[in-house]
Amino acid sequence: MNINAKTQIQEFRSVGTRPVRQDGVDKVTGRARYGADYNMPGQLVGLVLRSPHAHARIKSIDTSAAEALKGVKAVITAADLPDHADGDEGLLEILDNCMARTKARYDGHAVAAVAAIDEATARKALGLIRVDYEVLPHVTDVDEALKSTANVVHEHATSRVDPEQNVPLNVHATEEFGHGDIEAGFAKSDLIVERSFKAEQSHQGYIEPHACVASVNADGTGDLWVTTQGHFSYRIVCAQLLGMDVSKLRVTSSEIGGGFGGKTHVWAEPVALALSRKAGRPVKLTMSREEVFRSTGPTSPASIDVKIGVSNEGVITSAYAHLRYGCGPYSGVWGMLGAMTAFACYDIENVKTIGIDVRINRPKTAAYRAPSAPVAAFAVESVLDEIAQKLDMDPLELRFRNAVKNGSRSSYGPTFGTIGLVEVLEAVKSHPQLNVPLAANQGRGIACGYWFNIGGQTCTTLNIGVDGTATLTIGTVDVGGSRSSMSLVAAEELGIDYDKVKTVIGDTATLGHNDTTEGSRGTFSSSMATINAVKQAIGVLRERAAKMWEIPVDDVVWEKGCARAVGEEHGNLPTLSLAEIAKEAPNTGGPIAGHSEIVAEGVGVSFGAHICDVEVDPETGATKILRYLVVQDAGRAIHPAYVEGQYQGGAVQGIGWALNEEYVYGADGRLQNAGFLDYRIPVCSDLPMIDTVIVEVPNPGHPYGVRGVGETPIVPPLAAVANAISRATGVRMTHVPMSPPRVLAALENAKVT
Amino acid sequence: MVDVNVWGSLSTCTDNQKVIQIEATTIRGLLRELVEKYPGAAPWVKRGISVSIDGEIIRDDWSKTLPDDAEIYLIPRMTSG
Amino acid sequence: MNGIAVSTAINGDDIEFLCRPEETLLTVLRDRLGLMGAKEGCGTGDCGACSVRVDGRLVCSCLVLGAEVQGQVVETIEGMASGDSLHPLQEKFLEHAALQCGICTPGFLMAAKDLLERNPDPSEEEIRFGLAGNLCRCTGYDKIVRAVQDAAQVMRGDAA
Repeated sequence: MNINAKTQIQEFRSVGTRPVRQDGVDKVTGRARYGADYNMPGQLVGLVLRSPHAHARIKSIDTSAAEALKGVKAVITAADLPDHADGDEGLLEILDNCMARTKARYDGHAVAAVAAIDEATARKALGLIRVDYEVLPHVTDVDEALKSTANVVHEHATSRVDPEQNVPLNVHATEEFGHGDIEAGFAKSDLIVERSFKAEQSHQGYIEPHACVASVNADGTGDLWVTTQGHFSYRIVCAQLLGMDVSKLRVTSSEIGGGFGGKTHVWAEPVALALSRKAGRPVKLTMSREEVFRSTGPTSPASIDVKIGVSNEGVITSAYAHLRYGCGPYSGVWGMLGAMTAFACYDIENVKTIGIDVRINRPKTAAYRAPSAPVAAFAVESVLDEIAQKLDMDPLELRFRNAVKNGSRSSYGPTFGTIGLVEVLEAVKSHPQLNVPLAANQGRGIACGYWFNIGGQTCTTLNIGVDGTATLTIGTVDVGGSRSSMSLVAAEELGIDYDKVKTVIGDTATLGHNDTTEGSRGTFSSSMATINAVKQAIGVLRERAAKMWEIPVDDVVWEKGCARAVGEEHGNLPTLSLAEIAKEAPNTGGPIAGHSEIVAEGVGVSFGAHICDVEVDPETGATKILRYLVVQDAGRAIHPAYVEGQYQGGAVQGIGWALNEEYVYGADGRLQNAGFLDYRIPVCSDLPMIDTVIVEVPNPGHPYGVRGVGETPIVPPLAAVANAISRATGVRMTHVPMSPPRVLAALENAKVT
Repeated sequence: MVDVNVWGSLSTCTDNQKVIQIEATTIRGLLRELVEKYPGAAPWVKRGISVSIDGEIIRDDWSKTLPDDAEIYLIPRMTSG
Repeated sequence: MNGIAVSTAINGDDIEFLCRPEETLLTVLRDRLGLMGAKEGCGTGDCGACSVRVDGRLVCSCLVLGAEVQGQVVETIEGMASGDSLHPLQEKFLEHAALQCGICTPGFLMAAKDLLERNPDPSEEEIRFGLAGNLCRCTGYDKIVRAVQDAAQVMRGDAA
């Protein structure tokens, strides 16, 4: 674990250190409060009834017996959630997903809900609700859904596709990117490799199930305590769906027990609010793990064709990918994201990608850490690995020859500015793991990965306490340690110690709107707003010092946490500390604060490269990860341990997807493995240490050079593991997860052919 | 007048032209003119378009000015996990 | 009245409670006794987030009935620190940044404490297998294993 020092441009006092996290003691003592760890007086228990059918028309719902049960305080169906979407198709889809309106569109789709005095009563009430379904034909496979004979998943299936085009009915959207002439490019290539790949659906797998406590009052005000990545966005969506005034709903984000994209969308929260409104009492609604799997998340299942042409020197002359992503029954942007990221690591003269979203009878696809990019990288990086083998070229050298750099035109259009892929590859090249010899049945895989960052609406407030300490209030939910990172940034700017700054997440009544913590934006955006807020507070502090000294403010500068008078007249005055100025605040103008409301622009992008060493047991098809290395450009690591944590955690999620994790649907359209026993995420004994190298190529768009780092780490692993297994076995892997039966089948198949 | 590069699927609304000329000095003006000139682009703008100015991707700040001779690319507005 | 009266000792304190026959220990701890450090991640014994010890045995409290702890000794995360002095495992989890979201942390700490009390000098492999019943989705386990290794050294009294 080291930091590539040659790119350091700025000297920092706090940034780049590794202090203990500020939310840490609460988390190691069991005091931290998550979604389910909150109660309100008179609270009821809410439970949801879910469709057992993948696709069914709801003919009628009889709730009378449930309502008559003693202890039941409210029963709701879609009729209790009237359409307030005002023609907004996206909002109506969210409402329909929260509670099926006319059809159940996947196994696990909510159809009714109850609130009762306790769980036993609520569960009994669920059993008394009679739903009359007319079961409809379903389709859960992406390629099947594209066939002209496939059943139509949603009546709006072609809503965003030109009706003149002759496209299959379940296609929701098609996106195309690229430049040049790919046919001309293929014509002049010396070698062309073309393959098809398939990736099964995975779930974010956060350990904390969705949970909330909702309270709606008779006067139209409400409170929502909820585990979410974006309480401001939840507030807007929930208020709109329920027909409430946005500012009358206060949403407080609890500690969040993992999200990874899955807690950017509302699920049961509007249902809990509707139950509370009907019952006139607070309602706590906690999902079971089975509900989490059947009804929330998952990422897209995908099917991808890739064709790459290269010269004998290993220069890509032409590249094409056709990417088909399942989006559940509703609209999605997953094809678009796959098409934008597939070739983003490479400078290619002729490139074309087509991304398609396909409607299927599975849960609504949710964002999952760099959504769509991991499977796109799996396909592209696998073909590149095969090309390296056929050219007898070092796979790392092949990446060097095609890597994008400053000034390269990206495969999705714009020219890249300052980026760090080449620096990442150089750090890989000099890493000792590449020199570890491999034995029989062992293989080494390399893969690159790319993800965007986003900025967005952000605000922060810094308040100076009477003793000169500072409270920083931010509005981006802390999913990986950002409170501590923000304290480091505020301490850096103020010139005081880290432990004198306490950062908290404000509720929706405390700050203006903050966009959700997604798109690797939390640390990037909130640090930008924090720097602004501190600069404003320093302006106030200089004014106050000037008043205390009775000198012009222009003669006061801020240095190392103190006000210092400059100029011939008063340059010899002793400095005034933050604490001394704060103490005088009541007599110099009142509380001292700074705040910032911005749209954070200037995002950088983040590239990574992973090296994976595996050993495959040819008898069982089981794969053991021997060594794993993550190298990624962080721009500037504010808290390097948390950056490493993102690298390691993302890599291991990718390893899980590569080796085991998949949704298994039966012919009946029902999910077969809705639990952690059968949906197997990696455990401690599956893994070695995950080595990391933080490369720092500062992002010129951020005052400290920060790039978002959270998502890129999950992009390369599927390909890195696949390439390692392919080299260990001599058989090219084209279907993830590469579970033991699937690897064994591929080995057997290769023997036959 | 600035040259504006549009991505593949948006070009179905711009008479299949990958580069279009737009009279605008800011992102706001650009998006307004785009819809005026090519009404089919309206749903795309509603869904969200980011503008890359010399490689810097601007997602939300529509007041950004478009410098002369800048490389302008339209790309879909990003959301993520 | 269907409640079963249970007398037990939790983190050294004598506790009495009433619970229904089907209620799990996890529900009793969280909903009846306000000890919310044990988390429900799955309810089926697969994730380990609800790990506690009953009479010195590490268990998933979602798989134990509340009535079963009659006359037994229960240890939860709330009893791990002594006053305001953290247990070496808690210290080392903080020092090594061995947690991100923290939802799995109480379970990991209970499992690691149990492991080190049975085996004060575990190899990396023994730690990895000892903690294989606890799921973490954020960290990739690297920093957790390092924290446990470091804490073991401190608890053995070895020079750092």
